[in-house]
Amino acid sequence: MNKGGAVLAAAIFVATAAFVAIGTLHPVASADYFARGRTLLRPSSTPEAAVENLGSEIRLEQWQKAYSSLGNKAEFTENEFVHDLTGYYPSLRTYATVNSVEAHPLHATADTAEVQLILHWSTVVGGFVDTRDLHLVRNGDRWAVDWPLVKRQHVPPQVIPVNYLRWDVIYRGPGDDWGAQDVEAPHVRIVDMHPENRAEGVFVLGELLNEDVVPAFVSVRATLLGKSGATIASEGSFDMIRHTLLPKQVTPFLIRFPNADLSKVTSIRMDPLSVLVPASADPVIEVQNQKYNPAPGASLTGDLVNESGQTVNIAHVLTAFYDKTGQVIWVGGQYVDRALLPQTPVPFEIHVPEDLARRVSGERTITATYGLGDSM
Amino acid sequence: MRGGISFVLGALALAALQASVAAGESMTIPKQVTAGSAFSIQTTGSGPAVLYVAGPGQALSRNVQMGEPASFASGALHQAGHYLAVLVKGSSPVADGSFDVVPANQPAKLSFLAKPSRLPVGLRNGISGSVYVFDAYGNLITTPLPVSFALSTPSGAVQKRVVTTQNGAASTQMDSGAKEGAAKFIAQAGAATSTRVIEQVPGDPCTLQMSVQPSGQQLSVQTAPVRDCSGNAVPDGTIVSFTEKYNGIQSTVDVPIKRGVAQVEMPARPGATISVASGVVAGNEIRWEGGR
Repeated sequence: MNKGGAVLAAAIFVATAAFVAIGTLHPVASADYFARGRTLLRPSSTPEAAVENLGSEIRLEQWQKAYSSLGNKAEFTENEFVHDLTGYYPSLRTYATVNSVEAHPLHATADTAEVQLILHWSTVVGGFVDTRDLHLVRNGDRWAVDWPLVKRQHVPPQVIPVNYLRWDVIYRGPGDDWGAQDVEAPHVRIVDMHPENRAEGVFVLGELLNEDVVPAFVSVRATLLGKSGATIASEGSFDMIRHTLLPKQVTPFLIRFPNADLSKVTSIRMDPLSVLVPASADPVIEVQNQKYNPAPGASLTGDLVNESGQTVNIAHVLTAFYDKTGQVIWVGGQYVDRALLPQTPVPFEIHVPEDLARRVSGERTITATYGLGDSM
Repeated sequence: MRGGISFVLGALALAALQASVAAGESMTIPKQVTAGSAFSIQTTGSGPAVLYVAGPGQALSRNVQMGEPASFASGALHQAGHYLAVLVKGSSPVADGSFDVVPANQPAKLSFLAKPSRLPVGLRNGISGSVYVFDAYGNLITTPLPVSFALSTPSGAVQKRVVTTQNGAASTQMDSGAKEGAAKFIAQAGAATSTRVIEQVPGDPCTLQMSVQPSGQQLSVQTAPVRDCSGNAVPDGTIVSFTEKYNGIQSTVDVPIKRGVAQVEMPARPGATISVASGVVAGNEIRWEGGR
């Protein structure tokens, strides 16, 4: 080893020793947490700190610690607390994780306080927000949260006779003559289509009708064509469509083209796809109490009621918003984070962009549902 | 592979042609043979030889005594096409020739394409049928042949067409009938027939009428039997959308038709307006005044 190399090695050794010493004497909170199992949380000496601590424990799924810190834990079990957050039945919450937590003080006295806890959940189909207004009580030098438990909804024991329709399909066999018939693909038709240029890009929206007498698995693809007929971009509707359409059912669809500019588009080629699939007419979901709340903060609120006897684990609400001429001007969607129990209303809220909200004159809402065991 | 054999046989034949003619060794080949029929090739000369016959689908060989005919039994040569025959004596070809195997003129099998397999009633030229005519050995019969098409609809009416084949194919178009149900589409050429079933289904609902009855705290909303413009019952499972509007609040429910009608319970709100639609067809609208 030459002299220069020895000096470099010695310098690295000394620097490493120095960093280890600094890290040991003044560890960052997260390193200390992982190294020694200490908590990242600060003492719950203020209402905000208590709520932030609770939110962090929920985010880290430290259910026992979170439950132990509650002031009203005698009112429910730890299991009920966990299921309040993750869902009593398999639902979108079951597959979600808390991404971030916010705490907003609402009101405080010397011994009590109200703080709003906002949990931002993330899932594979996007995020949802869970907002809880928490009541806190001072206990010595600490604040304890009274958790507002959303009680498990019970459906009374009963027998619901179901005589729903179901379609099964027998396709042609591999040994059939090449001229032999096969079952015809369902006939579907785009009954409305409208491109919308927005800051985020181009949105192609519309409605698709299954005009056949058999169920169809549908999807829509749009291709933006430029002046020379060249393809600018091609996108599918992904989940912004109800994929299983029963006879004469209409679904809205929305196709996003991020960063595209409508002024460069000369035509749009629409390719609706339909495949004959086995399907069931159940469950029937009623959309009750739809109310359009105008701007600011324009939204459509309502309740979903599962009119069948089976639990719907995940529901996706899709709404087409129309202007005065009846043209679709926006399609919004929201996944409902809780399971739909029979005959039990579950609220939903779909937001409308502020610039379009004034033009909304009517709306139509449908629901796509998924149950455990269904193909998603 | 077959092309290679033909080429080699042809080359050998050309090389030996002059010598064989000089020796009086030849064969008489029919110009045309019907696929699957028996035939013979007459040879002249003397001594043993081997007759090779090669074509697009088959290659045969026969040991022959020159001066006697080489016989081929029924079914020996059944694939239509152009064939080459070469007579080889010792290791040298002594005569050659070619002939055509043509399909038999008796249709034995039809490939019948009928589309679509399902369509609404009352559609003009909505059904198309195409037929390819084959003989007993699966050769496409290219000589013109009459093919008759017959569509028997559930109402009992029969549409008939006779079309002559061109290059082995014939096609036609038919109208779907006014009554729903399975229609029989039959194609016939000679003794060969083929049948397809076309499902005629009801069209869009023609008049969508609903009525409202109080049912406790709810309203029972029910359509009259839903029919298309030809009077066929729209099939169960067809979605009917009910919408109730009240004071800026709207409730919507998509329900499938069961036993011919669609039925749903909706909140009873005096002053509410209830409308019904199915697909792009709108029905009547009812204003509920609280039972008055």
